[in-house]
Amino acid sequence: MPRDNSIKSVLVIGSGPIVIGQACEFDYSGTQACRVLRAEGIRVILVNSNPATIMTDPEFADATYIEPITAEYIEKIIEIERPDAILATLGGQTALNAAIALNERGTLAKFNVRLIGADIPAINRGENRELFRAIVEKVGGESSKSIICHTIDEVLAAAVVLNYPVVVRPSFTMGGLGSGIAFDEPSLRQIAGAGLTHSPTTEVLIEESIIGWKEYELEVMRDHKDNVVIVCTIENVDPMGVHTGDSITVAPAMTLTDVEYQRLRNLSIDIIREVGVATGGCNIQFAVNPVDGRIIVIEMNPRVSRSSALASKATGFPIAKIATKLAIGYSLDEIQNDITKVTPASFEPTLDYVVVKAPRFAFEKFADADPRLTTTMKSVGEAMAIGRSFAEALQKALRSLERKEAPFSWPAPASSGEIAALLKSIEIPTEYRLQQVQRALWWGVSIAEVFDACKIDPWFLNQIVELNEAAKIIALPGELTDEILHNAKQLGFSDKQIGELRGISESDVRAARANLDVHAVYKTVDTCAAEFEAFTPYHYSSYEQETEVKSRTKPAVIILGSGPNRIGQGIEFDYSCVHASFTLRDSDFETVMINCNPETVSTDYDTSDRLYFEPLTLEDVLEVVRAEELAGPVLGVITQLGGQTPLGLAAGLKAAGVNILGTSPEAINLAEDRGEFGEVLAQQELVAPKFGMAASQMEALKIAHEIGYPVLVRPSFVLGGRGMEIVYDDESLSGFIARATDITPDRPVLVDRFLDSAIEIDVDALFDGSELFLGGVMEHIEEAGIHSGDSACVLPAMTLTPEMADEIAVATEKIARGVGVLGLINIQFAIAEKQLYVLEANPRASRTVPFVSKATGVPLAKAAARISVGATIAQLRSEGMLPAGNGKAKGISVKEAVLPWNRFRRVDGRGVDSVLGPEMRSTGEVMGIAATFGESYAKSQISSFGPLPKAGKVFVSLADKDKSHGIAPAKSLIELGFSILATTGTAAYLREAGISVTEVRKYSEGQGAMGQRTIVDLLHAGEIDLVINTPVGRGTRADGWMIRTAAIQRSIPCITTTAGFAAAVSGIAALQQGEMSVKSIQKWLA
Amino acid sequence: MSKALLVLEDGRIFTGNSWSVTGITFGEAVFSTGMTGYQETLTDPSYHKQVVIMTAPHIGNTGMNSPDEESNKIWVSGFVVRNPSSVVSNWRSERSLEDDLIAQNVIGISGVDTRALTRHLRDRGAMKVGIFSGTELSIEEMVTQVRSSGAMAGAYLAQDVSTDKPYVVPALGEKKFIVAALDLGIKAATPRSMAARGIEVHVLPAKTSFAEIQALNPDGVFISNGPGDPSTMNETVELVREVLSAKIPIFGICFGHQILGRALGFESYKLQFGHRGINQPVIDKVTEKVEITAHNHGFAIKAPTTGTFTTVFGPGHVTHVNLNDDVVEGLALLEQPAFSVQYHPEAAAGPHDANYLFDRFVELMAANPVGEVNA
Repeated sequence: MPRDNSIKSVLVIGSGPIVIGQACEFDYSGTQACRVLRAEGIRVILVNSNPATIMTDPEFADATYIEPITAEYIEKIIEIERPDAILATLGGQTALNAAIALNERGTLAKFNVRLIGADIPAINRGENRELFRAIVEKVGGESSKSIICHTIDEVLAAAVVLNYPVVVRPSFTMGGLGSGIAFDEPSLRQIAGAGLTHSPTTEVLIEESIIGWKEYELEVMRDHKDNVVIVCTIENVDPMGVHTGDSITVAPAMTLTDVEYQRLRNLSIDIIREVGVATGGCNIQFAVNPVDGRIIVIEMNPRVSRSSALASKATGFPIAKIATKLAIGYSLDEIQNDITKVTPASFEPTLDYVVVKAPRFAFEKFADADPRLTTTMKSVGEAMAIGRSFAEALQKALRSLERKEAPFSWPAPASSGEIAALLKSIEIPTEYRLQQVQRALWWGVSIAEVFDACKIDPWFLNQIVELNEAAKIIALPGELTDEILHNAKQLGFSDKQIGELRGISESDVRAARANLDVHAVYKTVDTCAAEFEAFTPYHYSSYEQETEVKSRTKPAVIILGSGPNRIGQGIEFDYSCVHASFTLRDSDFETVMINCNPETVSTDYDTSDRLYFEPLTLEDVLEVVRAEELAGPVLGVITQLGGQTPLGLAAGLKAAGVNILGTSPEAINLAEDRGEFGEVLAQQELVAPKFGMAASQMEALKIAHEIGYPVLVRPSFVLGGRGMEIVYDDESLSGFIARATDITPDRPVLVDRFLDSAIEIDVDALFDGSELFLGGVMEHIEEAGIHSGDSACVLPAMTLTPEMADEIAVATEKIARGVGVLGLINIQFAIAEKQLYVLEANPRASRTVPFVSKATGVPLAKAAARISVGATIAQLRSEGMLPAGNGKAKGISVKEAVLPWNRFRRVDGRGVDSVLGPEMRSTGEVMGIAATFGESYAKSQISSFGPLPKAGKVFVSLADKDKSHGIAPAKSLIELGFSILATTGTAAYLREAGISVTEVRKYSEGQGAMGQRTIVDLLHAGEIDLVINTPVGRGTRADGWMIRTAAIQRSIPCITTTAGFAAAVSGIAALQQGEMSVKSIQKWLA
Repeated sequence: MSKALLVLEDGRIFTGNSWSVTGITFGEAVFSTGMTGYQETLTDPSYHKQVVIMTAPHIGNTGMNSPDEESNKIWVSGFVVRNPSSVVSNWRSERSLEDDLIAQNVIGISGVDTRALTRHLRDRGAMKVGIFSGTELSIEEMVTQVRSSGAMAGAYLAQDVSTDKPYVVPALGEKKFIVAALDLGIKAATPRSMAARGIEVHVLPAKTSFAEIQALNPDGVFISNGPGDPSTMNETVELVREVLSAKIPIFGICFGHQILGRALGFESYKLQFGHRGINQPVIDKVTEKVEITAHNHGFAIKAPTTGTFTTVFGPGHVTHVNLNDDVVEGLALLEQPAFSVQYHPEAAAGPHDANYLFDRFVELMAANPVGEVNA
């Protein structure tokens, strides 16, 4: 049966901002869904609050709503658009939860709109633990013994029955949020307490521990005819106990016989049928006891997941695309396999290569956070690598992480004490455990001992032993022969690693390889192990006998992606790369994408003409360039769109003779080198905040006195986990230097004048060598000093005078010209006392490019790509890609950052501090768009999980420096009908200003004699609706920190700046004024 | 590690390392795309006289164990892998793969660009191959030797793989039926699947006569899988015709399917490179459901895939078709209790989606009691 013709319009629900556990894989899946639906002539309505997504580009839907993903807002959209159906299985847990809420609200019934993919009962059967356990039992499977609890008392009783350690799993949360392993009562109280809070149904599951068991995940698809296929089997190298998102994983499974694999397959099929996922994908997780093979079904997601994206990239089987087709009525046998063109999608991909995924963490951004890996996901991104062996894929994956600690190394033997300590630390999973495992094996610890410590399957351990053996051979003195090089390369050793082992440079190894003609060949991901011809050039490197790169005649443009998501470099950059690929393809170039991030749209095999799934290192990129040069003409490489990663490769590529398109490496250096950039500014008569470089503590104090406090201080060489800080006096400056730096003349400390209470401005612009196009001038809501990525901002700027706006435009052009930009430039300015300061310039696409593009309707990244290959701004204007004049915002758009505080705890179990600072810590962003600032800001807060209250109690605690700025918004709050609570100091200050305040006790004061509660007690009791708490100087002064962490735990919005306070008041006013409206981007831009 | 060469009939040569046993071997080069189940593949008699190339790169990870053997012998004439595992990791493992290969004198080659080799066979078709290690032969001599080795087309191999003497696999639980199973290279999983359904399976040598079958008074006759060219199986084809005439329910798998097809008057032909893997989509034309199935065949039956056809045993139809390439995968008579499939419902290795065919055989026997027909 072909598709269901009763479906004429579909509402696709996206996944919102990038958060830990839910990243750009849902942009990839949602984009596929939109494409499929539009190709079928179905009207597509989309809701997603995340502007950095490809799916929210106006051309991917008929009506795109960048609005909060809540039942309330979606109902407004449904009311306007009247879709026939809702597709909620491709937007992660957010979309699924929204669907459940819409059902509970009665919206689905009211507007007679149905869910396609999975219906509400199926979602419940998959997600509700009790129902799911019953299903597992019914199909003859086994669940781990567990008890459902709704209170802490029930939790403690359950632990008595099951014995410690026990696993805590809250219901209906994503990425394992709130879950963990408790080894004793105190840890159980703390984990389960938080879990009960995080669960929307106040429900947690307490479960017998199966830590150390082997872990598998199967990706399953089903159609309406009840055909079921397994797309991929993923095996976790890290056994049970580490969230699968934080585990190194491998596909296909490596350590199962067919008999055992078929058991998992049969269970998966029985489960998807019994749960009743009508059509589409789901994933099912299993634990297998390595001693006797006992199988435990862990859980299932009745939707497309992060693993589905990985499985799609690992196999070439586009799960989201197929799931969408199935949802509108096709069956698997009616859908063609894109890659082979002749075979149907009703088959199971078979791999003739090995895929390894490795997680990327950001612990250095959260210095207080507990570094242990648990069942709560903490990684912020991942890299995937493909090789013809596990060893090759693993080594490629590790270098794809772009961490100097990640690739294996082979240091000299250690003392027995060090080895014993290493073996001990392997017992606890942490970010670099596998590297510790490799080192222990290198230092002679046996596989059996290492297995006992970490339970990583001996097969994987032996693979690492074989790598160590190979390292020994590579390190032997004598010539680097063809055989040594080939063997090393087949095991995934990089030129850098070979150089380190032999005490020579990476470039010497590269030269030796070139002499012996040892080069990578490229194989194809084809879903079928070469049984059928592949028509999609989706390649990976290996050191084999035959390459599959086809020759071509069109000139190629190679685009470097941005690698694994990390804080500060994520989906926004992938967005720009994808745009470049689309527009250059339209301009008749052959586009070649290199990237190693499986979550992205850029690594979809049909985004570019050719895809190389490769690490973004100089070596790996040079090999691809070489292969493409052999295949046909190569115009050059675009490095300015993928963020810092490709930008960092530009100089090396150029030195190797590769043409860099757009801004030259010399110009990049001009902007990045402080001294040289200072000269550019001086020549253009622009002002930067004063700064100095200190080689000692005395010198730092001297500089601080010269330029005046406050100063922003940071080490020029960043030590692990310690960044920059704003200090207000000698004491805290000395303290920071002693604590966080390793100051010597070789390792100086940078001391910058910090512009207190300055307005910060972010500009994105295009420059073609002679003309400037000002894409957007954004005003930050938080003052300068908060990292621009963590600050909310508004477009258009709200407080700029026309004179200042002109000055900014002129300064932007001067810098673009002075640096020599060809393409995009992002500049951060600060305005303090009517003086414009230049903070920094980045000659590349910035994080804000997609936001500006959505707010103004101008495709900046596409234009930058075109300028890189020779187009002028005048030409792009005549084509209609750029408008006349500069970019102009339609409506008022607010971008707000989303922060991952609730993911991290300190070793003592308490929350990490949530204060914003000069170090970026947000994982994603949302956009609110409306006719007024207040409404737009209020929407942005709803979307970023901190909805502002319309009424109630506000706790206000202001640092001395902030008190004067707090009066006006506090007054407004009273006028809006709120009551204000404050502790002594702030209360006295506000009273003096004529504001009525209820005084409450500080946490440090403890409860009063009459049992009067402290502010922290009130927060935990849920009696406070909003917290305004600006931090005092540095760090975690106990009171402020307790307040902020309590607010995070209770999900009470917590604002830490006075500017944010003022914005919140406007937002509250807008909320009180009544109905918030929704409007599609297409209408805004019309 | 000493070098080894893989030499194809058309002169293409792949280099690798000598693995398991050093020496010279010949066979038909075929590739198998299963990611699991190398043990079942090696012990499947249908691979007799074939050099099997595994497309999955890591082979041997889970070792070898007795319960998963499809016969008591490794049948492949040579084994080609990318990365043999030097250790075994699995709770059921009893021995390492390489030890078993050495014990049974099976010549292997490792480190081969198996993907390039597979692409070559896909484009040029299955062909003769030789593995050479520890030899002084020149390349020309190797190619000459490969070309003069035995071909699969026209090969009669049933006597090599069939049991010498009949044996019985007892029914599990209550015995409901007796089946005479003609062993042309039967896999252990087949009698196991039947026994699990209450069938007492009498496994019989390939040369068994119709009278010997009748003497067992079976409820059904099963014709097994096996190696070789179905066009050489005239005696068995005749035997099957006798069974058909007697209206005893028949079920054939793989080679057995080709023989039933020939007994019904269809021709068999050699596929370009065959189907060998565990991910093949087959549609049941009656239910329109797709099953993911295990395949191992280089020949197929030519029959009309739409409508019905007529045979001397009455009308019939093609029941199953491969969705990848439209190859006939199943046949059934409409007025007689006989059906067959080209693929492997017994799986091992492979998905269990097609297990229902054994139930269908049981139903067929229940609906067509032999005694009544004969009476």
